[in-house]
Amino acid sequence: MNGAEALLKALERQGVDLVFGHPGGAILPVYDALYDSPIKHVLVRHEQAGAHAADAYYRASGRVGVCFATSGPGATNLVTGLATAQMDSSAVVAVTGNVASSLIGTDAFQEADVYGITGPVTKHNYLIKNVEDIPRVVAEAFHIAATGRPGPVLIDVPKDIQQAEFRGSFEVEIDLPGYRPTVVGHARQVRKAAEAIRAAERPVMMVGGGGQVASEEVLAFARKTGIPVITTLMGIGAFPAGERQALGMPGMHGTVTANRAITHCDLILGAGLRFDDRVTGKISRFAPNATVVHIDIDPAEISKLVKAHVPVVGDLRDVLPRLGEELEPLAIDAWWEQIEAWKGMYPERYKKDKPLVSQEVIQLLREASGGDVVVTTEVGQHQMFAARLFPTTRPRSFITSGGLGTMGFGLPAAVGAAFARHDETVVCVAGDGSVQMNIQELATVYKHQLPIVIAILNNGVLGMVRQWQEMFSAERYSEIYLADSNPDFAKLAEAYGIESYNIFDRETARELVPQALARKKPVLLNFFVYEAEKVFPMIPAGAGVDEMMLGDQEPDEVTADGPEVTA
Amino acid sequence: MSAVRHVMSVTVRDRPGVLVRIASLFARRGFNIESLSVAQSEEPGISRTTFVVTGEDATLEQVQKQLQKLIDVIKVIDHSQAKSIDRELMLIKVAVQSPEARVEIRQIAQDFRARIVDVARHALVFEVTGDEGKMNAFIEQMRDFGIIELIRTGRVALPRGESDAQRLPSVRSRAA
Ligand SMILES: Cc1ncc(C[n+]2csc(CCOP(=O)(O)OP(=O)(O)O)c2C)c(N)n1
Ligand SMILES: [Mg+2]
Repeated sequence: MNGAEALLKALERQGVDLVFGHPGGAILPVYDALYDSPIKHVLVRHEQAGAHAADAYYRASGRVGVCFATSGPGATNLVTGLATAQMDSSAVVAVTGNVASSLIGTDAFQEADVYGITGPVTKHNYLIKNVEDIPRVVAEAFHIAATGRPGPVLIDVPKDIQQAEFRGSFEVEIDLPGYRPTVVGHARQVRKAAEAIRAAERPVMMVGGGGQVASEEVLAFARKTGIPVITTLMGIGAFPAGERQALGMPGMHGTVTANRAITHCDLILGAGLRFDDRVTGKISRFAPNATVVHIDIDPAEISKLVKAHVPVVGDLRDVLPRLGEELEPLAIDAWWEQIEAWKGMYPERYKKDKPLVSQEVIQLLREASGGDVVVTTEVGQHQMFAARLFPTTRPRSFITSGGLGTMGFGLPAAVGAAFARHDETVVCVAGDGSVQMNIQELATVYKHQLPIVIAILNNGVLGMVRQWQEMFSAERYSEIYLADSNPDFAKLAEAYGIESYNIFDRETARELVPQALARKKPVLLNFFVYEAEKVFPMIPAGAGVDEMMLGDQEPDEVTADGPEVTA
Repeated sequence: MSAVRHVMSVTVRDRPGVLVRIASLFARRGFNIESLSVAQSEEPGISRTTFVVTGEDATLEQVQKQLQKLIDVIKVIDHSQAKSIDRELMLIKVAVQSPEARVEIRQIAQDFRARIVDVARHALVFEVTGDEGKMNAFIEQMRDFGIIELIRTGRVALPRGESDAQRLPSVRSRAA
């Protein structure tokens, strides 16, 4: 057995049966071993896409996603994918080939300092120096990737190590004295948290990406206490959207209700989130009257941006049930009355005087699918519309690049999600700009006949940038125009062998959306939507949560400040 | 906000790349590394490093937590919080311009308990250990005679007394 075979065997022992990757010279021995391996390999057409697919595979299934790339350009192509996974705490193990050990550091052909380059964008990384280390390193990589706060781990394997004779053992001990995540929350902190929540008159719970693994606990806690629940972009689905207790998304493009609740609450129970600046806006104006209880498995997130009055370090699956046990249903009727009033006053609304607008396309997709699909998104206006109008009711089902905001994520993510959730339909909500950043993955979608509906909200512009230029740069539209040189996406998809349609009006959209969703094979829908649509509400960068611009969300009869808080 | 100086001990596994990770964490948060010393601890495979850094006080706790998060970092201690002793070693080459100067230099060196480690016709090399204040005072004294060159190890620090805040159980047993 050589190092490459040992590597695959070690992966198998971690339960890996699927890998996304792209071969090349320095990883040839691994690909040779793959030829006889039970592990299935999905050939992506760009290594970045492989990393995104592996990332989405984890997000959609909870099983560590694995990707392979060759040395040099193959490995540097992974960087954006690793950074995306790192920012959104996604468990990925990336394996890269490298030039032979003796050539490392000599500027050999296709050599890059992958270990150095990927350090800052991974939870941890390894450069294997000894073939016998392979099983231990693989075991550690999976342990690190999937436990504590998940994240990507890269293993760089020089070619000579892949070729070397392996005589080691697969019975390995993980040896990580510096890595012991705190899972069980401190009893005193849990008690303090309960006291604070009991004393609150206007509490809200904010659930982030950490909630994806603890949706049952989130639901049980919310049900028992009756607390209003806000889910961040990463937390969508951790609490079912559309429930009475759900207030939607907070922050820059959050719902009016969620943002008003944050401004007026007297307690925030943060659960598995990191108070990102897109959520908080200007920190000094964020929940100015609130006691902050912050539960997170990563102690470095606590009091990083928002000061926590009651920090609880631990896994939500441990802490929330114990916290719930200490609490009775909360007596917060007056607060709920207030929240219901906001909800009633600010329903989602949009213009209907155009042939087709983004929001109604997304609503059509939601209605036709019953919300019961996996959604992936690209990055831009369409992403924000999807987050508000197409939030899923189940966890692990809304897959989007939140922290890094990576255009080009959505299509390969749909590939990863489709492999993770075999018989489910995946809807990729895409923009005409973003989708071109990894458009080559149409080949992968076609090859595996994945049940993916690619819905391009084709506004002919880099819409989100256009929106900022319209609002904050005096309509000086600089380099955002795509329409004059966009491909005919339907024809393009057709060239890849994918069924596709250009859609210009709402009648056709109504007809084709349900059909596409029922196909259970690849379909691309290219919706020509109104170019100048803007995402509202919006909190301008650097402004406070209470300084929302309402735009078309403006209610007809009420002042922008909303009603007095009575609670 | 002002930049404050901190002496931090970071106990790390002896793995390639760990210092780079620590250094880049400091850099990302705007901390400047004034000195750094690294050497084996009492436990094989584990090194103690002492960083003297300056940076915003407000971000120090964040940096500490981020350091602690690195997989190969075992322990982080901020010696400004704990009662600690710290020492530094310096080699300093002083010009000897006259026989009188030689006598005077040697006299001062004696007061500082500096050891002569090399003697040449026109220069003396001293080895000085002590805390930072002592180093600086000795340097000041030698300036008038002419410092040819000097090198300092940077500070190393350990908590005082019986505290075992930095103690390390054996690596293998901790992993179990
Ligand atoms: C890789 C990358 N480059 C640039 C950006 C900046 N950016 C954010 S949204 C956006 C426009 C996206 O356009 P499109 O995909 O058409 O979506 P729309 O906003 O029009 O819905 C850009 C350029 C980014 N997020 N990612
Ligand atoms: Mg667009």
